Amino acid sequence: MEQLLQQLINGISLGSIYALIALGYTMVYGIINLINFAHGDIYMIGAYVGFALTTFLGLGFFPSLLISMLVCSILGMIIEKVAYKPIRNSTRIAALITAISVSLFLEYTMVYFVKPDTRTFPEVLQSKILTLFNGKIIIDLKNIYIILITILLMAGLQYVVHKTKVGKAMRAVSLDKNAAELMGVDVNKTISYTFAIGSSLAGAAGVLVGVYYNTINPLMGVVPGLKAFVAAVLGGIGIIPGAVFGGFFLGMTETLVSAYGGSVFKDAVAFSILIIVLLIKPNGLLGKTIKEKV
Amino acid sequence: MKKNIISFSILTIIYFLVKILLDIGIIDSYLQLNIFLIGINIILAVGLNLITGFTGQFSLGHAAFMSIGAYTSAVFTAKLGQSFIVAILVSGVIAAFAGIFIGIPTLRLKGDYLAIATLGFGEIVRIIALNIDYIGGAIGFNDIPQYTNWTWIFMMTVATVFLIKHFINSYHGRACIAIREDEIAAEAMGINTTFYKVLAFAIGAFFAGIAGSLYANYFYFIKPDSFGFMKSIDILVIVVFGGMGSIEGSILGAILLSIISLFLQGIPELRMVVYSVVLFAIMVYRPTGLLGKGEFKLWKKGAERNVSIESK
Repeated sequence: MEQLLQQLINGISLGSIYALIALGYTMVYGIINLINFAHGDIYMIGAYVGFALTTFLGLGFFPSLLISMLVCSILGMIIEKVAYKPIRNSTRIAALITAISVSLFLEYTMVYFVKPDTRTFPEVLQSKILTLFNGKIIIDLKNIYIILITILLMAGLQYVVHKTKVGKAMRAVSLDKNAAELMGVDVNKTISYTFAIGSSLAGAAGVLVGVYYNTINPLMGVVPGLKAFVAAVLGGIGIIPGAVFGGFFLGMTETLVSAYGGSVFKDAVAFSILIIVLLIKPNGLLGKTIKEKV
Repeated sequence: MKKNIISFSILTIIYFLVKILLDIGIIDSYLQLNIFLIGINIILAVGLNLITGFTGQFSLGHAAFMSIGAYTSAVFTAKLGQSFIVAILVSGVIAAFAGIFIGIPTLRLKGDYLAIATLGFGEIVRIIALNIDYIGGAIGFNDIPQYTNWTWIFMMTVATVFLIKHFINSYHGRACIAIREDEIAAEAMGINTTFYKVLAFAIGAFFAGIAGSLYANYFYFIKPDSFGFMKSIDILVIVVFGGMGSIEGSILGAILLSIISLFLQGIPELRMVVYSVVLFAIMVYRPTGLLGKGEFKLWKKGAERNVSIESK
């Protein structure tokens, strides 16, 4: 029982990272129907920006988190303007390959500039161990920070999407781009904002991972990127609560599978769940079924 | 008839020319490696083109079938001591069965969802291969006899192109193209869409298995990570670069991309950066690929766009 609780705490921490990355995937997919493969690499760059700020400039945790989010949101907007805007009307497969080429570009440019070695993230958060149930459950203060920051960011996102004018524009564009444009929504600007918000969340996730696991490298974004994408699809791609749910669900499943002896198969389990969910409910666990119109 | 004779003689000339150059050592082993890889890539790309380019089913897991073929061939030649021809055929058949097995449930999905499901399948195959000790696990499969030579590569490449070209021009191939153009209309015309989608998938997988077999018996050594997500992407890039729905395009794409990567060997640190920029430039300036057929929708040009489908 104690082990289960302990694993649940680890699962929630991992899940919040996945959820933060998945949110960006789902928002971008919701608005321009593009699987943004470069999203995992924005998360990697977020981690590197955090690393540079804390190591070379000696900034604290919160300022680095905010600056890193800002840098990532600008990067997200630039990527959208330079790479995705020209291909917005081309075929699905061309868009997908463009996204992959952007992802490769970010990865290997970083490899070129920062060298492929793994780097150690400085201890910017004091590691303080809390023990519960006579030492049977250990909670690191870092876990609590990660979970709290994630919840805060998600609440912020929820506020932006549902209560502000930008959020309203986003929802309108994702529902029907042409109609939104006719109603006077600036589609280009809205797409830019979506990329900015999604990328800033990925940047935050990057800094949090750096703080939590202490190591970063230029290819760290590939696997979490794919996983977060799986999470987004599990919850129903294009649906914001779905990404959060999928992220936590995947984080929990993965931790529980590794805890009970299947650590080598944890990725296979994640993808098997994905395939099963797609077969039963192709629109994701929280998605609505839309009938195809002829 | 005259056309057939011409292409037959051109092929014979290419075959003997390369064979003589190989035998007298003008083509060094490095160039030989690249020529063999071009052949393997052509087989893979033409197979994937049948699935993605002609039948319109978006697959991101083609390397998984290559992996299944490579491991089957390795087991048959190294562990069971079978001859190469048996290993090639069994590899193809087992990969085709894997294609049917994964195709029947997942081909109900469409577009991006199918792409994700096949991506997941590819990762599952890789992880399972990493954890089976009989085939070497993460360390890889060593000491595979080297049977692959120029004759095998050439024969298999020509056979693949020939068979798939004829399949596409057959009754069944036209059914596949109809599914690509409009699945609902094809179904209304009495085409058994599930059957043809699975058939295309199985044929593509069969040839990927053969390519895997050639690959394993050329390099002595295979490991699961050689057949990961990036390999699937590489094959897809060849297909899209050459032009979806064009066999000649796939051949040209495989050759040109190999030449590009050959030139990029000189700058190893920036190789992938340049590659990604080239890829991006192609997608922006020529999204239909070198020999692509104008997005398959030539006749729809100027027609009113259906908003209900566009906005989905």
